[in-house]
Amino acid sequence: MDFKLNKKEELFLQMIRDFAENEVKPLAAEVDEEERFPIETVEKMAKIGIMGIPIPIEYGGQGGTNQMYSMAVEELSRACATTGVVVSAHTSLCVAPIFENGTEQQKQKYLPKLCSGEWIGAFGLTEPNAGTDAAMQQTTAIDEGDKWIINGSKIFITNAGYAHVYIVIAMTDKSQGTKGISAFIVEKDTPGFTIGKKEKKLGIRGSATCELIFENCEIPKDNLLGKVGKGFGIAMKTLDGGRIGIAAQALGIAQGAMDETIKYTKERKQFNKSISKFQNTQFQLADMETKVQASRLLVRSAAYKKDNGMPYSTDAAMAKLFAAETAMEVTTKAVQFHGGYGYTREYPIERMMRDAKITEIYEGTSEVQRMVIAASILK
Amino acid sequence: MKIIVCIKQVPDTTEVRLDPVTGTLIRDGVPSIINPDDKGGLELALSLKDLYGAHVTVITMGPTQADAVLREAYAMGADRAILLTDRKFAGADTLATSNALAGALKMLEYDLIITGRQAIDGDTAQVGPQIAEHLDLPQVSYLENLEYDGNKTFRIRKATEEGYQILEVDSPCLVTVLASANKARYMSVRGIIEAYDKDVEVWGFDNISVDESKLGLKGSPTKVKKAFTKGVKSNGEVFEVDTEEAVGIIISRLKEKFII
Amino acid sequence: MDKTQYKNVFVFVEQREGQIQGVALELLGKARELADNLGEKVYAILLGNNISDKAQSLIAMGADNVVLCQDAELEQYYTESYTQAICQIVEKYKPSILLIGATTIGRDLGPRVSARLSTGLTADCTRLEISEEKELLMTRPAFGGNLMATIICSDHRPQMSTVRPGVMKALAKDDSRKGEIENMDIVFNKDKFRVRIIENVKEKGNMVDIADAKILVSGGRGCGTEEGLKRLKDLASVLKAEVSASRAVVDSGLMGHERQVGQTGKTVRPDLYIACGISGAIQHMAGMEESGFILAINKDRYAPIMQTADLGIIGDAKKIIPALTERLKSIMK
Repeated sequence: MDFKLNKKEELFLQMIRDFAENEVKPLAAEVDEEERFPIETVEKMAKIGIMGIPIPIEYGGQGGTNQMYSMAVEELSRACATTGVVVSAHTSLCVAPIFENGTEQQKQKYLPKLCSGEWIGAFGLTEPNAGTDAAMQQTTAIDEGDKWIINGSKIFITNAGYAHVYIVIAMTDKSQGTKGISAFIVEKDTPGFTIGKKEKKLGIRGSATCELIFENCEIPKDNLLGKVGKGFGIAMKTLDGGRIGIAAQALGIAQGAMDETIKYTKERKQFNKSISKFQNTQFQLADMETKVQASRLLVRSAAYKKDNGMPYSTDAAMAKLFAAETAMEVTTKAVQFHGGYGYTREYPIERMMRDAKITEIYEGTSEVQRMVIAASILK
Repeated sequence: MKIIVCIKQVPDTTEVRLDPVTGTLIRDGVPSIINPDDKGGLELALSLKDLYGAHVTVITMGPTQADAVLREAYAMGADRAILLTDRKFAGADTLATSNALAGALKMLEYDLIITGRQAIDGDTAQVGPQIAEHLDLPQVSYLENLEYDGNKTFRIRKATEEGYQILEVDSPCLVTVLASANKARYMSVRGIIEAYDKDVEVWGFDNISVDESKLGLKGSPTKVKKAFTKGVKSNGEVFEVDTEEAVGIIISRLKEKFII
Repeated sequence: MDKTQYKNVFVFVEQREGQIQGVALELLGKARELADNLGEKVYAILLGNNISDKAQSLIAMGADNVVLCQDAELEQYYTESYTQAICQIVEKYKPSILLIGATTIGRDLGPRVSARLSTGLTADCTRLEISEEKELLMTRPAFGGNLMATIICSDHRPQMSTVRPGVMKALAKDDSRKGEIENMDIVFNKDKFRVRIIENVKEKGNMVDIADAKILVSGGRGCGTEEGLKRLKDLASVLKAEVSASRAVVDSGLMGHERQVGQTGKTVRPDLYIACGISGAIQHMAGMEESGFILAINKDRYAPIMQTADLGIIGDAKKIIPALTERLKSIMK
């Protein structure tokens, strides 16, 4: 067992930190304030290969590992959680399921452009009545011989509008329950497919979160992803992988808040001494740091298992659960340490607290993670 | 076109701090980086590679740990990397350093040699021009921009105090580059993954034909007699006096500190 | 090498379009001191074309002798023609010390000459002294100014050093000084002239980077008026400093964002930071606490800046700044 990064990972970390610090961080406040999708950052990330890290070179990816990918999401989120989720949703929820479930033809058609960042990817599972209970899909896909006709809508879809490729989960045979659910690849500008209203959110305000509307949307027969009736499994497996990304995002947010808080408590003087000299500060910082580091080990371990072909579903759930709750706790305490300043937009810390909350909700709420973990130990 | 870029691994001096008690340099934990001007030079080479398909060799002289900057150069897009390392090179001043590097460069083919203007740990700006002299090459320092006619002529914008100069020079030549000339690209993810699978050539004294008396400490005309820090920052003084006296105190302190 | 053959302190006198550069005069001042200490002479090297009229002024500024080389090839600075000239002069005169201004020209020329002569060169010296052994002690900053090093060049001559403009002080002009002007012809090897100047462009108002400034005069809320700013600029001009500001002043539109110091502005590390009417909010301190010497002028004795400052003056910047400016004018002229 090795807790040390290898040389490639160290070099990768050096690059991604440098990139996040110089290209991502300066835009973080603006992207949040203006609720603006950081498209220029995506272009920069595309250029250096961040949009296709864990995909083999033969499909236009970078031939990297999930470990590197999770390090990228962590470091980007440390500077700007919006940027972190753009990469995470793209990679984990669109690129990965095509790579894992697609036909050779689908992989050749979609992966090079997705991995190069020419196209952004998105994933549509959630519906107004199918959240945690994802099996309650109301979107339907009807087999019309040479094509599929999709009807229905999806909500809260990350990267919507900016994405070119959408993985869409729909019911192909209601009578079969979860076994009647299938997955599809839908390209933007397909007739009958439109982007609905954009959500106004508490945090990750730069990420585009919209409704997807399908009205007699015809897609080619070839755009079925995996087999008919296997969509629910594909969705669940996709979310397993996605959880590593979101855990990394939460970890990054927490680390970003730690960075700010450590700096601030050393600088801020009250009663003639730095507030870092007070034992209350020290004990709380120690607890916060410990949880952040524990989150990191969980994330690294889940990514390691995925890279090495080991079962990682429970590990990913634990990583996401713990990292997300840590992010919420750490950012909340960080605001408290910053006092009145922390509550203002003069400092990045209130943004981090707002951004942290979503990590306990999307790609499976903390409650869902507990269900996954409990199921694995009680089976 | 064959380009050689000389790079140096330096401590990130912006991260160097003085121990407030002892007044000594705290070097622990200071990251080692590619010298910023050298990185600008590497970017210039890589942009010429993008435009004209140049072959880019990077060379560094230093201890074995300097391998790291060559890996970084590979990850940015360099084609060949050479680490010039030997105990006999140790303790070199700029002249002895330039002798060793020029010795290595003589073993290679080049149309253009690029160095950074200066290194942030020494700020001397000497090694580039000294290499040019040893290789009998024309030099242009303080390069801000370079255009290549695709044949053999470089049109160079050189920074001056008043503005800039436009110069022309034919290959082969040596230029020293400002970091601000080019925003260096980031290492690519694929470049990083492949960087450690590539070969870094390790060259020593035996690979170059330079007289030992011109290398290392022995070959260095200048020697450091002593090094010292500016001293511990004492607790500040605060005065509440009339304007006249305040001005007097300010002037005397600034004089003591050699600021005026 | 027989060091005893090498004598006298030489200064490369940089001229641009016939104008003697200030740094050359500063070096003559220093050279005078060094030569007096050694009991030797100061030689000024003046290269150019049709510039004989400038030679006498160098004697007035401290030179005993002027080596004057006039040639069309020396009209403009080219690395190679100047290197050939300097090397021929060194060969003929055998100087013990050769000082060059650390300008873009001097820093191009110095290393080329040192390599051709196989001697040592120490760049950007801030202090030059003569040791008991009659060697030149060259002290310079390293490690981004965190470390000072004293360098010697014992076994090679000349001992070469470059010095940045503004570091040394020129002597007062003394027209009564006497000296000799010696003309020398340079024999050029023109085969080595391989760089062509196409154009010289002068740009004024190069973008300032306060991070590069050695001295910053910085204003806060307490100086945040047009007149307050004027006072800061006056002080800055006497000190050859740049002005900068806290966020409050930048937000009020009195100064551009490129001059803002602090967390949301720039991090600066000048040798001297003069904080006028700046209370020292931590966002501001984060951007300047590494300055070499911090002088704070503030009415509020409890302002946080007073704890970071090396010298704190409790008082009204409105009065102290102009008084300080006047006093500096009288001593720095």
